[in-house]
Amino acid sequence: MKFTPEHEALRQTWKTLIDREINPNVDEWEKEGAFPAHQLFKKMGDAGLLGVDKPVEFGGSGLDFSYAMICSESLGLVNGGSIPMATGVQISMATPALARYGSDELRREFLAPSISGDYVACLGVSETGAGSDVASIKTTARRVGGDWVINGGKMWTTNGAQADWMCLLANTGEGQVHKNKSLIVVPMKTKGVQIVKKLDKLGMRASDTVQTFFDEVKVPVRYTIGQPGSGFIYQMQQFQEERLWAGAGTLMGCDRIINATIDYTRDRKVFGRPLLDNQVIHFRLGELKTEVEALRSLVYRACEEYLAGNDVTMLASMAKLKAGRLRREVSDACLQYWGGAGYLWDNPVARSYRDGRLGSIGGGADEVMLQIIAKLMGTLPRLGNR
Amino acid sequence: MQFTPEHAEIRRTLRAIIDKDINPHVDKWEDDGIFPAHEVFKKLGGAGLLGINKPAEFGGMALDYSYAMVMAEELGHINCGSVPMAIGVQTDMATPALARYGSDALRREFLAPSIAGDYVACLGVSETGAGSDVASLKTTARRLGGDWVIDGGKMWTTNGTQADWMCLLANTGEGPAHKNKSLICVPMKTKGVQIVKKLDKLGMRSSDTAQIFFDEVKVPVRNTIGQEGMGFVYQMQQFQEERLWGAVSAVVGMERLIDQTIEYTRERKVFGRPLLDNQVIHFKLAELRTEVELVRSLCYRACEEYLDGKDVTMLASMAKLKAGRALRLVTDGCLQYWGGAGYLWESPTARAFRDSRLASIGGGADEVMLQIIAKLMGTLPRLENR
Repeated sequence: MKFTPEHEALRQTWKTLIDREINPNVDEWEKEGAFPAHQLFKKMGDAGLLGVDKPVEFGGSGLDFSYAMICSESLGLVNGGSIPMATGVQISMATPALARYGSDELRREFLAPSISGDYVACLGVSETGAGSDVASIKTTARRVGGDWVINGGKMWTTNGAQADWMCLLANTGEGQVHKNKSLIVVPMKTKGVQIVKKLDKLGMRASDTVQTFFDEVKVPVRYTIGQPGSGFIYQMQQFQEERLWAGAGTLMGCDRIINATIDYTRDRKVFGRPLLDNQVIHFRLGELKTEVEALRSLVYRACEEYLAGNDVTMLASMAKLKAGRLRREVSDACLQYWGGAGYLWDNPVARSYRDGRLGSIGGGADEVMLQIIAKLMGTLPRLGNR
Repeated sequence: MQFTPEHAEIRRTLRAIIDKDINPHVDKWEDDGIFPAHEVFKKLGGAGLLGINKPAEFGGMALDYSYAMVMAEELGHINCGSVPMAIGVQTDMATPALARYGSDALRREFLAPSIAGDYVACLGVSETGAGSDVASLKTTARRLGGDWVIDGGKMWTTNGTQADWMCLLANTGEGPAHKNKSLICVPMKTKGVQIVKKLDKLGMRSSDTAQIFFDEVKVPVRNTIGQEGMGFVYQMQQFQEERLWGAVSAVVGMERLIDQTIEYTRERKVFGRPLLDNQVIHFKLAELRTEVELVRSLCYRACEEYLDGKDVTMLASMAKLKAGRALRLVTDGCLQYWGGAGYLWESPTARAFRDSRLASIGGGADEVMLQIIAKLMGTLPRLENR
């Protein structure tokens, strides 16, 4: 992976914005259980940060995916997982399919304002009964004249309480589960969209996660992204970027926690010497840093191959898996060396510990990644033998 | 990392020699406790593979390090650890300093025949009392007219019983331990070089590892590689390549063991179904495969940065550390699923299990890598606080 001065400039822009607009406010947003998405995204949009790899015609910068990856990596500087996740939904989860397959009209209406930061987007894939096994979603959209009429509900929707529109995956026909789904843009103010509740979570406290119901929600058929029936395939592609995003997003968060732990243990004296001077501690931190660099190498390699046009399902799934595992390992190990201080609610390591736990669950659980890897290794049993 | 058709050609050439001239004989060599280094090296030298990144004037191909790395990776197709290790000593451990700093006369005398495969080289750094802490070695070379007179001994010398010459690190002066050493080419037939014994090891059975004594061994001062007193510095550079070699040479062997385990567990039926269909097995194999890709990614990234002229001490040490850890994880994990069959002496799993255990010890133990990483992270305590 060769980085250019443009990549470096992008990192700098993020760092400045994070230091100035995000980190000073995170503690307060965590307490409030939400962050002002419109206000913050507008700032990101103004700085050109929400559409680095999106088409220029709709306000993006038209750069390649490596720049989106840098966005994800840079967001690791945020003191908490909620804001990076919300931003990731906006940049790399709810919008890639729209950018790639949406009609010009649809992109003008929903993509352009999402890139400028005027609209907040959310992704409607998971349901109460279908998360990692996307194929079994139950939400339907039936065609009535020029409209889709949507019924059902979505679960675990990040940005859901504040979003202007949802990139919704729904069953739009009969037939095979991989061919009967479509991605549809649903304005969240449409009649019949009900936000049932904001979910109370172990971590990611500043992120609004909701459950949503659809009761005879009407949206025009022209709000379909690309071809009807191709929703599953588009979403699978969209997942690729989501997974690479997750892999990259873990890196600087881990670096940050390791560095904070180095600073803390250097200052903290126990039995007359810095805690850090204990070999068991500085060796352990060396080992963790090695794992972080291994993950970074894997993410960069996957990105490079993705840009070269290769299928990176295997590498992206491995990166996501490792990211989930590693975040837990780093947070848990570092928390230990902080002792009681690490156990305080507002401690950055405690926050990483609770926020990071989602990494192995959201965006395809570790076990789903293992299943994909096993499938590509040719070792997954036929359905009848599982 | 972008590979070219030339990289692929190196892989193909080496693969052909492995399949024809190496693998059919490995079992016998393992029984014999030695392999015919001159014979095997002559085949590799004849194909140009012993001097891939060495100067053309001395018979090398003068390609960049990525080609040498590809060769090291491909050596993983050999059905044991001993022969790759012996080749690695020849190409990446005993000769880089000579190639880089040796006089033309010295390179003609020792480097050219080592590249051609006529000479077998060994490296004399470790001693009974100095392995990972190189600075404390005790072997001395004192100047007497135009000669060095060498006294002392070396330990753990791979290729030691068959080598034609040794790249010896000895104390050649007084003063600080990092400035009083020189690298010297010592012909092994010189009077006073005694091979005390061939060591009996847990694994790496077909590699001859020797303990060697030097009793008033005279070699001309012009056999000194580069500047007198620079031996420690040269050796530290040579270690970089050794470490990257150690890491990248582990990758394919791990991959092959996982593949063999997949084949075995697919065939082996337990409770009426293939062992592999147990989720705990195919998931574990996917997890191990992820670790292998992490090591590979780290090596590729280190290689890329090395080619860019960056200092890769940190990444090379991390790669070596991670490879040692991963090898133990993979060989132990796979052996388990073979049951009794994997416990048989001649099974590939048992051989990989015993051979790979060396990786966390040789070429700088895991703990030495951690110490280097900690030093570069700025977390290693001052000497008096350790």
